[in-house]
Amino acid sequence: MSEETITLNVTRFRPGQDSEPVLQSYTIPYRKDWVVLDALNHIKDWVDQTLSYRWSCRMGVCGSCGMMVNGEPKLTCSAFLREYYPNPVTVEPLVNFPVMRDLVVDMSDFMDKLKSVKPWLIREEEKPVSEGEYLQSPAQLGVYKQFSLCINCMLCYAACPVYGLEPDFIGPAALALAHRYNEDSRDQGKEQRREVIASNEGTWDCTFVGECSVVCPKHVDPAAAIQRLKVDNTKSWIKSLLLPKGGRA
Amino acid sequence: MINRPDKAKLYYPHMPATWWLRKRSYFMFMLREFTSVFIAIYLVVFLISLYRLGQSEAAYAAFVDGLRSPGWLAFHWVALLFAIYHSVTWFLSSAVVLSLRLGTWEAPRWLVAGAHIGGWLVVSVAILILYTVL
Ligand code: SF4
Ligand code: FES
Repeated sequence: MSEETITLNVTRFRPGQDSEPVLQSYTIPYRKDWVVLDALNHIKDWVDQTLSYRWSCRMGVCGSCGMMVNGEPKLTCSAFLREYYPNPVTVEPLVNFPVMRDLVVDMSDFMDKLKSVKPWLIREEEKPVSEGEYLQSPAQLGVYKQFSLCINCMLCYAACPVYGLEPDFIGPAALALAHRYNEDSRDQGKEQRREVIASNEGTWDCTFVGECSVVCPKHVDPAAAIQRLKVDNTKSWIKSLLLPKGGRA
Repeated sequence: MINRPDKAKLYYPHMPATWWLRKRSYFMFMLREFTSVFIAIYLVVFLISLYRLGQSEAAYAAFVDGLRSPGWLAFHWVALLFAIYHSVTWFLSSAVVLSLRLGTWEAPRWLVAGAHIGGWLVVSVAILILYTVL
């Protein structure tokens, strides 16, 4: 019996050699329990060792294997070949990002944006360790838990046309993370994040296409986070108009 | 430290002007934005009708008569459909924006959206009844 095969059309881009990315076809054995990442690993191990791509955990946790699979941003370790078989599968680097080589994109812009929203607990004054931990009730945890599940896979940036058109846009994951810390009962850094969040490149660039939440493999729902940040900003702005000292003590 | 590759060696993709045709969800988003144009035109027509009403009853009747042409009727039907599409998607979005919590319980989105859409239907029917009765 002849072996079942599947064709993968994979983006190749050799910096300094190619002027733009091109697709290269590989026909490899088809296994129904393989994910797209397994197919790429098969190519790398047995067919073409020059193919470059990122991956690490192979279980949807590290967020490094995001690519476009048949035009959709996907974690390739969670995208089964059987969902596409017998049709060919096209694997391309995440759109909206500069391509470094083959399927590897430059993440530095994303990293800068993550950092810009100060994604850590900010305290006006740290209490001494001897006073114990900052306690939190299950209800307080529930307010932000969903937004803390991000694995930085950047699929939401690839799905966001606003980021594609306006590269300065802070973008879904970074804003979701800003919301996560703003909503954390232990945090007091809202004011420090406001400048970035309320800027033109912050929440107000978002036109609520909503695709970020559709593609997010961890159901973080960045679209909801951004809209809630907008409401929060507007409330603070109204408060600053109506109350002396902007409602701040 | 953030690792920064040599920019000259990167390939910068560009977004085609037809990006919104690439996916059904992008197309529906653009359609939603486009509905605003029809709603804006409808509002202008409505404001003119109020202005005419302020002038005299005859001026208003003449203006409304003009709106009975097939072109204006077609426009109003399209504007109505677009207004319904815009409103429904708006109320569905409200459920994303509003998080109603009671302790660890969060109101499901269908409930928030359903309450909004229900309220909208009640108000619309009430206006319709008032309009036909008065
Ligand atoms: S919000 Fe979701 S899609 Fe975006 S980076 Fe985080 S896990 Fe990935
Ligand atoms: S390899 Fe880690 S998420 Fe896919």
